[in-house]
Amino acid sequence: MNEQEYQLHLLRQMLRIRRFEEKSAELYSLTKIRGFLHLYIGEEAVAVGISEALSAADALVATYREHGHAIARGMAMGPAMAEMYGKVTGCCRGRGGSMHLFDAQHRLYGGNAIVGGGLPIAVGLALADRMQQRNQVTCCCFGEGAVAEGEFHEAMNLAALWQLPVLFVCENNLYAMGTALIRSESMIELTRKADAYGMTAASVDGMDVLAVANAARAAREQIITTGMPFFLECKTYRFRPHSMFDPELYRSQQEVDQWRQHDPIQTLSDKLKEHGWITEQKLNQLEAEIAAEIAEAVDFSEQSDWEAVSELTRFVYSDPEAQ
Amino acid sequence: MMGEQRLKTTYQEAVRSGLRDALLRDERVFLMGEDVGCYGGCFAASKGLLDEFGPERIRDTPLSESTFTGAGIGAALGGMRPIVEIMTVNFSLLALDQIVNNAATYLHMSGGQFNVQLVIRMATGGGKQLAAQHSHSLEGWYAHIPGIKILCAATLEDARGMLWSALQDPDPVLIFEPSVLYPMEGELAADAGAVAIDRARLHRQGKDLTLISYGSCLYKCLDAADTLAAEGIETELIDLRVLRPLDEQTFLTSVEKTHRALIVDEGWRSGSLAAEISARIMEQAFYNLDAPVERICSAEVPMPYAKHMEEAALPQVEEIVKTARRMVRG
Repeated sequence: MNEQEYQLHLLRQMLRIRRFEEKSAELYSLTKIRGFLHLYIGEEAVAVGISEALSAADALVATYREHGHAIARGMAMGPAMAEMYGKVTGCCRGRGGSMHLFDAQHRLYGGNAIVGGGLPIAVGLALADRMQQRNQVTCCCFGEGAVAEGEFHEAMNLAALWQLPVLFVCENNLYAMGTALIRSESMIELTRKADAYGMTAASVDGMDVLAVANAARAAREQIITTGMPFFLECKTYRFRPHSMFDPELYRSQQEVDQWRQHDPIQTLSDKLKEHGWITEQKLNQLEAEIAAEIAEAVDFSEQSDWEAVSELTRFVYSDPEAQ
Repeated sequence: MMGEQRLKTTYQEAVRSGLRDALLRDERVFLMGEDVGCYGGCFAASKGLLDEFGPERIRDTPLSESTFTGAGIGAALGGMRPIVEIMTVNFSLLALDQIVNNAATYLHMSGGQFNVQLVIRMATGGGKQLAAQHSHSLEGWYAHIPGIKILCAATLEDARGMLWSALQDPDPVLIFEPSVLYPMEGELAADAGAVAIDRARLHRQGKDLTLISYGSCLYKCLDAADTLAAEGIETELIDLRVLRPLDEQTFLTSVEKTHRALIVDEGWRSGSLAAEISARIMEQAFYNLDAPVERICSAEVPMPYAKHMEEAALPQVEEIVKTARRMVRG
């Protein structure tokens, strides 16, 4: 892949996530998707950039705002969308929904909807890799809200103490639901939290997919070389409300508009146009391909069956007799 | 024959023997927890294991219950066979997020993709004057949670043998070890090994009343049964062993025979395991009963330190005898 193809690929990945989620919001309004729906719109550069840096064997632990991570890691849109529909063809048979996308094939370990709850699991996955001499990394994505959780500090300490290959990615979108970072942390330079554990840290513009990918690649390389974990802060912003129920009383429209000027997709496509690497026509073609992919995923979800109620207690235990 | 040879041992040594056996048999097995290494385990259950197996497999952890328990989940997902030791059940409350929100849910929530083959051991119960933050019996509370299996080892055989079976189980298993039992002496077969972890055990047969218990209360029930036998009351005694999923068949069969059931549970009465068992007997064996099911549980107070007060709070032999006598003789 040359540079042009690479950047076009990044644009494509971000656009796939953006359009997938716009469709999800629409389907939510139509009550096809229920429960909580947390959109990643505005933050796509982080999941796409990070995924570029990971190898296929690396593991990923994400949060309840993980549609982007699932798609960037390779989950097909069909099972992702069907999961949100609650259909049996969903990646988790409709058991998890939007907040709990799991994918064994791509080593995606959730979709964890307890803030901070995924960090200890990432530490354990990395421990298993270390103990079995597998030269791979576990990436753990979480929001800046998780930094206030005890599990964040415990996990950072243990990963550093035991020298485990964890890439901690803090997606700092400035708000833990409606609570601004400045209102919840006494120290808002988040990389200094890593200093406290003797862990190398870096901060990157999370609205710039090329910068995120480069920073994540460098971080991963350092983890592989030194065996030590790494803390990477990606400064980003969510353009949409926290969830579909959020009236956004905690931030101004002006602030949102300002951040929208840094839309990672717009920024990259402008840059590609400047270089003459993409034409309006090519962009339209890309949009049409993505629209077709999404239409197919929606169609797949619509056509799919619900899981039989008789399956309700299946998978509480591996052995059905144990129920 | 080896099977006939019995050796003197203690509960604590039986636990250690089970740990050592698992570490020898499967190189994926490792132990982690607070003070399991250099200190040798808070109750000396892992004494000597660090020297034998090294710090990679006997891992002293920081005081971070939630994270080392979650790391156990992650390591299990990554193909290891972790044994997480939490010092006492009261400390396990700091790891509830990982146990209840993750270990118990992953298989179902992921549509069957990720089972968590993890064993968590912890001490439980009172009787050692350790007051209100080291003495509670919360295993019944864990038994409320679908997705995890709950065991309680009352005997030397179970202390020795439950661990290996739990490690073979594809799902998370919590093994509770009543702390008051660690010094208990007894005899164990020289070739003692893994035990089944799906059934309750009939400890004593009788026709007049069924005593249903588990953990350290088992021994109070045994003492009570001896006293009652001297009075001509023959009690059947069941050690539940498995608190989830409950082996209800064993106690229902017994109640069909004796027509009377008394449950002795060190947990608090309200919302207890004893309440669950009582309900099941009422639902499934009501017409076999000659008397209402009764329960002896701990007093509903935080465990006091003073010896006489702690004794008053816990189920005791005399109360078991009196209750059983009244249930049979009226």
